[in-house]
This record gives sequence, structure tokens and C-alpha cells, in this order.
Amino acid sequence: MTSRSFRLQALAVLAAVLSCPVWARAEKSYDPGASDTEIRIGNTSPYSGPASAYGNIGRTIEAVFRMANDAGGVNGRRLTFLTYDDAYAPPRALEMTRRLVEEDNVLVVFQTLGTAPNSAIHRYLNTKQVPQLFVASGATKWGQPKAFPWTIGLQPSYATEAAVYARHILANVPEPRIGILMQNDDYGRDYLAGFMAGLGEANQRLVVLRATYETTDPTVDSQIIALKGSGANVFFNITTPKFAAQAIRKAAEIGWRPAHYLNGVSASFATVFKPAGLDASQGIILALYRKDVTDPQWHDAPDVQAWRAFMARYMPGADPADDGHNYGYMAAHVLLEVLRKSGDDLTRANIMRQAASLKQFAAPLLLPGVTLTTGRDDFFPIESVRLGRVKGQSFELFGDVISVENR
Amino acid sequence: MSAPSHIERPAITAHPLLTGAAAIAGALALAAGSEATGIVASYTFLHLSLALVMGIAVLGLNVVTGYAGQISLGHGAFFAIGAYAMAMAVGHAAAPIWIALPLAAIVCFCAGFAFARPILRLEGPYLALATFALAIAVPQALKYRHLEPLTGGATGLHFVKPDAPFGLPLSPDRWLFVLVVVVAVVAFGLVRNVVQSGFGRSMMAIRENETAARALGIDTARVKGLAFALSAAVTGVAGALHALLFEFVSPDSYRFDLSLAIFVGGVVGGIATLPGALVGGAFVHLVHRYADAVARALSDTFDLPLTLQPAMIYGVVLICLVYLAPSGIYGAAREMVRRWWMSRPNAGRKPAAPNAP
Amino acid sequence: MEQLVQQLAAGLSNGAIYALMALALVMIFVSTSHINFAQGEMAMFSTYLAWAGMQSGLSFWPALAVTVAASFLIGISVERLVVRPLRDAPHLSIVVVFIALLAIFHAFAGAIWGFALKAVPSPFADWTVVSNPYLGPHQLGMLAVTGMMLAAILAFFRCTRLGLAMRAAAENPTSARLSGIPVDTLLALGWGMAAGIGAVAGCLVAPVLYLEPGMMSGVLLYGFAAALVGGISNPAGAVAGGFIVGIVENLVAFLGARFEAATGIYVFGTGEKLTLALVIIVAMLVVKPGGLFSGHRRERA
Repeated sequence: MTSRSFRLQALAVLAAVLSCPVWARAEKSYDPGASDTEIRIGNTSPYSGPASAYGNIGRTIEAVFRMANDAGGVNGRRLTFLTYDDAYAPPRALEMTRRLVEEDNVLVVFQTLGTAPNSAIHRYLNTKQVPQLFVASGATKWGQPKAFPWTIGLQPSYATEAAVYARHILANVPEPRIGILMQNDDYGRDYLAGFMAGLGEANQRLVVLRATYETTDPTVDSQIIALKGSGANVFFNITTPKFAAQAIRKAAEIGWRPAHYLNGVSASFATVFKPAGLDASQGIILALYRKDVTDPQWHDAPDVQAWRAFMARYMPGADPADDGHNYGYMAAHVLLEVLRKSGDDLTRANIMRQAASLKQFAAPLLLPGVTLTTGRDDFFPIESVRLGRVKGQSFELFGDVISVENR
Repeated sequence: MSAPSHIERPAITAHPLLTGAAAIAGALALAAGSEATGIVASYTFLHLSLALVMGIAVLGLNVVTGYAGQISLGHGAFFAIGAYAMAMAVGHAAAPIWIALPLAAIVCFCAGFAFARPILRLEGPYLALATFALAIAVPQALKYRHLEPLTGGATGLHFVKPDAPFGLPLSPDRWLFVLVVVVAVVAFGLVRNVVQSGFGRSMMAIRENETAARALGIDTARVKGLAFALSAAVTGVAGALHALLFEFVSPDSYRFDLSLAIFVGGVVGGIATLPGALVGGAFVHLVHRYADAVARALSDTFDLPLTLQPAMIYGVVLICLVYLAPSGIYGAAREMVRRWWMSRPNAGRKPAAPNAP
Repeated sequence: MEQLVQQLAAGLSNGAIYALMALALVMIFVSTSHINFAQGEMAMFSTYLAWAGMQSGLSFWPALAVTVAASFLIGISVERLVVRPLRDAPHLSIVVVFIALLAIFHAFAGAIWGFALKAVPSPFADWTVVSNPYLGPHQLGMLAVTGMMLAAILAFFRCTRLGLAMRAAAENPTSARLSGIPVDTLLALGWGMAAGIGAVAGCLVAPVLYLEPGMMSGVLLYGFAAALVGGISNPAGAVAGGFIVGIVENLVAFLGARFEAATGIYVFGTGEKLTLALVIIVAMLVVKPGGLFSGHRRERA
């Protein structure tokens, strides 16, 4: 174990030396939150409130860092992960982030969850010049290196993903009449905007109905009936798992069989397709970038096995069906990579530079062919997806990796 | 519903104007002193401001629920309206704060009055539920498609808070703290005067027995409506200050749990008391932060079968508080001080008030 | 037209969900004079118990029976441990306790069972005798159970001495106590029964909504709305209120969509249906402050 982690460290240092010779030659240099022995990482997550289902992401990240510390830390430094409850309330996210930066002196803020909380801390962290790393939200606004050089996203942006669906619809569905169901918030609107842009000006009339729901709605039955009634033959479904499952089941119940495109947010057999009914879910098309760990086709993949071992050891008793464990594991490894690359130059500026110079980094649990690449003008780390279709108990991937890199 | 039956006497015996002036002077001195020496971090002032802002919000609720005896579970709605009024005035119209703040108060006063006239015909559970409906409806209404150019829809509005006036060399946190203290002094002074006025006595008469109040010739509908409107205005000003502190408003920031928090603050601090509002505001501001820390510490220290969550701590603390201090933290503290005072060796000299059972 | 019928049918089946929740709220109000904000979360918690029972091999109905019994005990324990010690506390303090209970039940469900969505099988899946394109078998089953529960509750309060005593105990504890009614026992019983009704409600809506800790928080809002419409102390009114709310909100969405399709102007749609339903309810209450089905009597907490 130690010799292996030593080798890893040596490799990481070597990589750092090769990729950025100028800074690597410099003496050790630190910003607040970094020292010879420690790196402090801040985070806020919804451990209470309406989004507490996503609290597991924060807990998983914490466990991954524990695992990293057990293996000797990163370049000999222990990771201290400070994570506070923001209850998914934007003001509290800002309050807690200020605490992390001003009281706890964290080096970076990592994986704050949700579009609304991140929007609240966006300007503050950029004014303070503290990295807002790998934001856990697919909004487009996290990739503006010119205006917000301290903020970088992680997952494919909702807009990118939606544009992929739009192009697929235009290419494959004859005479499409599109019905959209969307959550009435930032996340829904981002998908919608990307979808409309993907359709192009001339094709926006193809959208025959846009129905919204609130997270307080018990069901989306009424919306599905309205969508069927609109005569749509294409269904773009922008919903979180619970509403996605309801929508799939209701559409099947009332005999509406459109070409069904579901957003990647709900790409889960355990929490969407099985509850909705596998029969009703067949043929649904999604854009995927991660492996569903419950999908039998990945059962023997090395990274999925490593993930399973990690879960057994560091999160015993956690529900493996919860996708947050999967996502958090992947995200934490991206930060580990960036910290490794940063070597002994643990300044905030260098960390942003390293985050912005990832070259086809294959984080665990990403689909084959999907990697992270960033650049000075490219703050969208994952920009490739693969289209998949629900077939049996598995996603059947089809077509090539669709990359929207280097736009 | 039963509210405390005693008529509250203000706890601060010094002249209220002096107290207010002292508070403002103290705040200014603290802000300026720490700006120069760095003794108190800028971030700490945000905390103090937030606690005070919640205190003002709870004070607003106190007017209608504490003094007039009409339950409201929907004051978060007025907090939100005040916040949006501030964000729109500063963000869209570049209004200075001394215009935007009174504007927020007026908007909330009108909204409160408009809502109150019909709704206050309801009693007990119906009033509780109707006000709760308001708390749910307002954040959704803010997302209404045709209001988006004004409200920013689900995304909300960002704006930039103005710098300190008169070229004061204070950091934004510090000068906003001074502003919050000034507004708090004005708000508490206003409510204190209202409560001690004839109007205030009418409110409390309604709280004790509405039929009797009507028999005494009190226009109960008018009094309740004005009380609700005043209450909404005070809470709305708190919302406006809150928006100013964060330079950001969005529907997600004012979900119905905010209304519940304001209500909890009112009861836990000490309903129908002015200092209780301050205590309650500080409580609701701090409780979540510490609930999270306690949950984490307990989970780390003991080998528990399940991960403790902040909401568990919050819930247990609330129940314990209601059990240990049924008249609120302030009420309990005052009672303790009174008992201590009575039990001094030489307490018998003055005729003591009979002990409450 | 077809779509209108569909929307009305969907409104009806959503209405059954709200009605079931409202029945639990009415039960606790009639028997204790409190509005229990934690009623929805307690029902959700009970549903997890039923789910756990089904995971360990029980089928739906036995699991439900066990759960109702367990929930009855939970309800009684809550009354004994938390509410009774506060009997003399001000009414507002009790509301705070309910808010606390809401937080506690929600957090425990999440900590014990996780937040991932769970499917609960429908017990009516093979009710295909009355198959029609509008109401599925489970929806019909929910309607039937709602009717049966309403009948049972009405019979209990009107025809049994226990029910009458319970109402007396809630409306005026002091005089009830004076006339020899064991008020404390009845209050605990009321809590237990409300929790049991909540458990039935939770288990019946879970196959539609899917089980997760937030399952009932939206339903609770609608259950309140239903109780507002129908009268918080009137079981039949609350059930009718549930159906009215369900149908009105879907009609709002339907009319909004129709108007937009006809004129191209968006006035309201699915995003506004709850808000509009609440506005309608509050407007209605202003005309009839005790609920749609009240006489001239006003209720007081």
C-alpha cells in the first residue's frame, strides 16, 4: 500500500514537473488553508431541507478524502474537509461559505451543491479570489473564465446535454411535435434554454407545449395528460428522479408513446426505471456520462469494483442504489487529481491553473471514452456524453462519444 | 388560542430614547473600532446583523401574533416581499437605501393590509392555515412568467449594495451592521410606542377576548387589519435588510420554512415581549449552525447506528425549550432573575408580589 | 373533451390522496383540537415501516395491518412523551412542538432508510374488472378505501359512545373531565387513531407518489387546503374538500393551457395551479369562514 502510494506520488510529482515546469521549480508556496501537513477544503451541502437527498454527495466526498488520508494524503499532506449544512437555502450557503473562507481559512471551496446556492456564492468567491471548484450543478454559468476566473464546473452542462437531444430529435424523428415537462426553477430553465438553442430559431415552433411542475406538486399526472393532449410525439422530460418515474409511469398508463428523451439527471435504474416499471421505460433515450453502478454491464469494470470496495469499507450501511455515492466518488477523485498536480505550489492561483489544465483525465466511473479536459478558455471539464437507450435492465449505448469540446 | 394573559411592561427601565441612542453609538463605536484594530472580524458583523434582522422579523410577527393574538404562519411571505422590493428598487431603479427601505415598508404595509382585511375574519386553525397558504403561494408567485423581467424568475436578482454613506471608512459588513442597528432601534421604538398606545391596548383587548373588545366599542376589524399591516411592514423591512446583506434575492431563499422559523423565533424567544424578539431572532439564526455542529460532533464521538442529522438536533432542542421555558427564553430568564431577586436575604423588606403558581 | 375527462379523472385520483391526508388532520383536530403539522411526516414514517415489512416478505395488507398497529402505538407514545407534558403550555408553543416533530420524523426516516426513491407495490394491481382508460385500478382502490375510511370515521364519531366522548373531551376538556370522561386516555387514543389513519393514507399514496422522506410534505399542503375547504372538524367535508382541490387545480391547469393554445397568450398554467387553488380557497373562506360545509357555527382552536 505505502510503496504503491509512494509510486503514485512520485508519478504525480513527475507529472506536475512535466506539465508546469515554471511553477514546479518554485519553492513550496502556500495560500491560506495549505501547509506542509494539511490542505483545507470547504464545502456546503444540503444536509437538511428540501434537497437533503443530495446530502449523500457531501458525505461520500468526506469518505473518499478519509480514504486518501489513510493512504498517506496528497503529496504527504492530510486533507481536511469542512462541510456545513446549507439546507439548500442560498443565503445560508453564502453565510456558510463566508465562514469557510474567513473563519476556517479553507484553501478552496469544492462541490457546493445546486444552482441556487452556487449562484449566491459565485460573486463572493470571485471577489475574494477563492477557487469555487467543480460546482455540483450543470448550469452554463460556471464556465465563464473571463468574467468569473475562480469558478469551474464539472458535469456536462445542462445546455450542452439538451442541445444533444435537440439535434438527435431533428435528425431522427420525422415531423417532430415536441412536448416538454420541466421543473420550474433554474435547472429546468437551463435545460430549456439549451434545448431551444439546439433546435435553432427556425425549429422552435416544433415545441407544442411546455408544462412545468413545482417540487411541492404531489404528482405530475395532470401535466402528462396535458402533454398527451397537445398531440406531441416527442417528449423531452426535464425532471428529477421522483417526477421522472411518475412521468414515465403515467405516460404508459394513459397510452402516450412518444419518442421519450429523459435528462441525464435521472439516469438511474434503481431510482427511476425500476420504480416506474421497466416495461414502461424501454426505449427511453438519455445522454450519459457516468456508469450506472447498478447496471449489470459494468458489474466487473475495475472502477466499479474499486467503488464497491470503497463503499464496503468507508460507507458501510449506505444505500448503494443512491446515485449520490457514485457521483461524489467521481467528483472527489477529480479534486484529488488537481491537488496532486499542484504539487507543493498550493496557492489558489496555481490550483485554478491546474484545474484549468486537465488533459483527458479519466476519472473513475465515467463512461469509456468520456474524460475531463480543460483549458484556459474552457471551464467545462466534462463535455462529452454518449447516447444510451433503456434496454432490458441496462443502458444500450449507441453512436460515438458526442463531444462538444473546443466550441 | 391562549396567549400570555399578563400585560407586558417594558423590561428596559432607562429612557427608551437614551437606550436607542446608546445602542446606535455602541454599534458605531464597535464598527469603527474594529475597522481600525481588526479586533472583531468583518464576518462576525454579518452574523450580528443576521441575528438582528431575524430579531426584527420576529418583532414584526410579535405585533400581530403576540400583542393582537392572531396567529400567522406566513410572515416569511412579507419578508420575501420586502426583500424583493429592496432588490428591485436598488437593482432596477438604483434607488438609494434611504428611499428603498421605507419603500419596502410601505409595500409590505399595503400587502399586509390587503391580505389582512378578508383573512382576519378567520379564526384559530383556519387563520393558521390561510396564512400558511400565503407562505407557500408567494415564492411560487414570484416565479410567475410575466413577472420575470421584474423578479428574475426562478434565478432571482443580483444587485450591488451601495457603499457606506458620507464616505465612512467602514467595510460593507460593518456599515451594514450599523444600518441594521439603526433600523432595529427605530423598529423596536416604534413597536414599543404602538404597544403602549391606545391602539396597543385595543390589540391586547382583542387578544384577551374579541367579543368583549367589540362590546367595548373597539373596531376590531380595523385594529386587527392595521396590526397585521404594521406587522407585515416591520417583517418586510427585515427582509429588505436581509436582501441588502446578501445582495441577492431568489424564491428559494424564502421558502415556507422561513415562515416557520420566524414563528418559532417568536415563541421560543418569548411571545409578546420586545426583548424576546431579539432572543428569538438570535435563536433561529444560530440554531441551525450549531445543530449541524452538534450532530457532527455526536456522530464522530459515539459509534451510533445511524448518522445524526441537524434536523434531529433542531427538533429535540425545540421540544426541550418549549418544555423548559413555556413562556420563551426571555420569559424564563426574567422569571429566574425575579426569583433570585426575591430570594435575597433582605428581600422581605419591600412588599413582594405574590408568587405566580 | 377527452383531455378534459382525463384531467378530471386525474384530479379525482389526486383528490383521493388529499382527502386521505385531510382525514388524518381532521381526526387529530376533532380529538385533540390541534392541527398537527407533523401528521404528514408521521404518515411517511409509517409508510417506511410498511415498506420494511414488505421487504421482509409480508404482502401489502398484512404489512399495512402491522403498520397501522405500530403507528397507533407511535401516536400514543408521541402524545404521552411529548404532548402531554405540555398540556398547560400556551397553544402557540404546541405549534412549535409540531414543527419540531416534523423535523424529527423527516430526519429519522432519511437517516434510517436513505433518500433514494422506493417503489411500493399497489395492492389493487389485479383489479382489472372495471378497467377504463381514465382511472387505473390503484386509483379506484384509493377511492374505495377513502369512502370506507370516511364511513368508518363518521360512524365512529356519530354512533359510538367512545367517539362522542372523544369529541366532548376535545371541545371542552374541563367539563368533560367533570362528567367523568377519561380525557387523558381519549386524547392519547385520538393521537393513536390519527396516526393509524395517516398510516393508511401513506401506504395508499406511496404506490402513486413513490416513497422517499419528502413524500408527504407536498401532500400535507394540499391536505391542509382540503381541510380548509371542507372544514377542519368535518370528516365528510374534508374528503369533499380533497376532491374539490384536486379537481380545481387540474381545471386551472387545463383552462390555462387551452387559453394559451387558443390565443397564444400565457396567462396561467401548471406553474400557477397551486397558487391559484390557494387563492380560490382563501377567497372562498372569506365568504364562508368555517369551511364550505359549515353551518353558521364557527370553530375555535
